[in-house]
Amino acid sequence: MCEKDIDGIIEKYRGQPSSLIHALVEIQHANHWLPREVMHRVAEALEVPFAQVMQIASFYKTFSLTPKGRHEVHVCTGMTCHLRGAAKLLAKVEEVTGLKAGETDAESKFTVETGACLGSCSIGPELIVDGKHYGRMTPEKAEAVLNSYE
Amino acid sequence: MPRLQSAAELEKYRAQILAGRNPAKPCIAVCAGAACDGMDSAAVAAAFVAAGAPLGDKIEVRTTGCHGYCEKGPNVVVTPGDICYFEVQPADVPEIIAATLKGEVVERLVYHDPNTGAKAVHMNEVPFYKHQTRLLIGDNPKIDPMRIDDYLAVGGYAALVKALSEMTPDQVLDEVKKANLRGRGGGGFPAGSKWETTKNAPEKIKYVIVNGHEGESAAFMDRAMLTGNPHKILEGLIIGAYAIGAQKGFMYTRHDMPLLEKHVRNALAQAKEYGLLGENILGSGFSFDVELHFDVGIFVSGESSALMRSIEGNPPEPRPKYIRTSVSGIWDKPSNLNNVETWANVPQIISKGAEWFTSIGSEKSKGTKLISLSGNVVNSGVVEVPMGTPLRTLVFDIGGGVRDGKTLKAIHFGGAMGGSIPADLIDAPLDFDGMSKLGAPIGAGGLLLMDEDTDMVEVARYLMDFLTKESCGKCVPCREGMKQMLQILTRITEGKGQQGDLERLEDLIQVTGVASLCALGKTSGDPLKSMFRYFKPEYEARIAAGSGEPK
Ligand SMILES: Cc1cc2nc3c(=O)[nH]c(=O)nc-3n(C[C@H](O)[C@H](O)[C@H](O)COP(=O)(O)O)c2cc1C
Ligand code: SF4
Ligand code: FES
Ligand code: FES
Repeated sequence: MCEKDIDGIIEKYRGQPSSLIHALVEIQHANHWLPREVMHRVAEALEVPFAQVMQIASFYKTFSLTPKGRHEVHVCTGMTCHLRGAAKLLAKVEEVTGLKAGETDAESKFTVETGACLGSCSIGPELIVDGKHYGRMTPEKAEAVLNSYE
Repeated sequence: MPRLQSAAELEKYRAQILAGRNPAKPCIAVCAGAACDGMDSAAVAAAFVAAGAPLGDKIEVRTTGCHGYCEKGPNVVVTPGDICYFEVQPADVPEIIAATLKGEVVERLVYHDPNTGAKAVHMNEVPFYKHQTRLLIGDNPKIDPMRIDDYLAVGGYAALVKALSEMTPDQVLDEVKKANLRGRGGGGFPAGSKWETTKNAPEKIKYVIVNGHEGESAAFMDRAMLTGNPHKILEGLIIGAYAIGAQKGFMYTRHDMPLLEKHVRNALAQAKEYGLLGENILGSGFSFDVELHFDVGIFVSGESSALMRSIEGNPPEPRPKYIRTSVSGIWDKPSNLNNVETWANVPQIISKGAEWFTSIGSEKSKGTKLISLSGNVVNSGVVEVPMGTPLRTLVFDIGGGVRDGKTLKAIHFGGAMGGSIPADLIDAPLDFDGMSKLGAPIGAGGLLLMDEDTDMVEVARYLMDFLTKESCGKCVPCREGMKQMLQILTRITEGKGQQGDLERLEDLIQVTGVASLCALGKTSGDPLKSMFRYFKPEYEARIAAGSGEPK
């Protein structure tokens, strides 16, 4: 993600306080997280108090206030995955990465996240790494999958 | 592609597409829906494309959205004949291509009955499919969602042509009212009367909206439709806008489905290029445009007024119900919101008529319903059956019963705001009102099977935990009431239940239900209510035993 894209998004919404969430969603999509400095620029351009930007960015799960690791590991905790053993899967992922949901390791290798239904309940429980789905996961298989990432 | 200027031009263009296609030429449709993708259908599709490329004049390869039978992905369907291959691996590709060229079938990859070993080759013989009426999802294997021409080839946008060239907006509205189409997003509210309210609102500027948020856990049919056949929903929306007199539409959906976003963006761009969106659609004088919007990852943004706030760019917080969004919605303009599946029903109602539509379904619930079948079921997937179909058909004939030879304990409908009914109510028909009376409203259509090992207290705790995290936190009863219910439920699951816990829960359900602003808080106690109705002894035993073990 280059600065130009972020600037482009901010410029598009300059002077439009009502477009705050749209702007943040777009930046999050493009950049995968919201650096503090960028939120300051958003606040200034859209003419909203910085505190309000922070409030929105910290409340909704879509937004990330810290940089993500090189690999985003997502464990589905939706209802079917839950019934089919997502808790054990998550425990294994936490053990292998040494991270709790929401955390990123010091080397920025992994970010672990949990979330509700990802739409592929039929193959739950599910692990998603960098957008790639791994269906019908067991704790053992999950370990092998994670170990295959550098 | 130059813009199509009239209905006649569209029909001419459709004839051209069809003339260029040979129905006898074999086509291999590889499912790229969410579940098949998770079983690496991309590798299968790539292998077919590579192997099929030199045979371009003899064979066609198409990647599609969800076929339905997600359990057995990666799914491949070969036409003509709708030959179904299941759990296809890249290594199987040469054999399938060779057999297809010879008009033969690869027997080892077709359906085998797990009990009898009997084979089923064609889609209409496979048990999972043969008990269904696939009016909405049935086109998915025939369509590459990135190609509008595929939608036109199956008759797409013919309903729009009919509406614009042969019907007045009032006649369109009338047809939808006569069809008694009820909203598929949870409430079962008649779409026609809602449209009429927005249509009759005095403001000139009006909006129509697709609710593609699908936040209900274990519901995946809306995303299967929107990702697999985006033009069908768009066509319904344009027809609705014409009837209502809206100039602008919004599609609101999840931010975390890259493929869905790609397909919908592309569908909007293609519709615009073809002249099906924008100024003076097909020369009818009717102009209409659509914008795509994303959620911020919170369940309550699927609620109608919260969704509209979100489109405005505001935090998705519900407004009090007395403000009716049909009259005062986005930017206080009359706004008509319907669910993905509701819109998807509109084209066929216009094409085939209300009389045809009302011939399907039960007395008060017409048409078919998409169901996301999952949990401890043998055959999980997206299912479509006429309203009124007994749950038994869904669970056993289509679903194949409970996994791992276990017995059925409960059926859960409607996610975190739904309810669970015991296995002995399995003959109840799938019907909005009937299921609500039983305490398990259909909701959006997520049906979960729970087997004998399911801990019903834990299920209630799980659902309450989910809602607690998804509430917008604006009203105290919702926030605090759910927190306290969660604490008690957690305590019971940990074996620390106390006498009086059930009464405390009942009081909390009551207060939260009455004092919360939106349906999330109001119905947050519904799963628990159904538990108390049907599974109370399990709760009592758990508390009495004071141990973490299920009785
Ligand atoms: C908390 C909450 C979440 C909801 N989520 C959805 C959703 O994801 N999709 C949906 O279509 N309706 C959802 N609804 C229902 C909508 O408010 C609305 O009734 C529906 O979209 C109207 O469309 P319909 O009449 O076609 O069903 C939700 C309601 C509540 C209270
Ligand atoms: S009931 Fe809950 S989700 Fe609904 S407005 Fe109140 S706090 Fe928000
Ligand atoms: S519950 Fe995990 S994908 Fe639906
Ligand atoms: S995703 Fe392939 S059949 Fe549902």
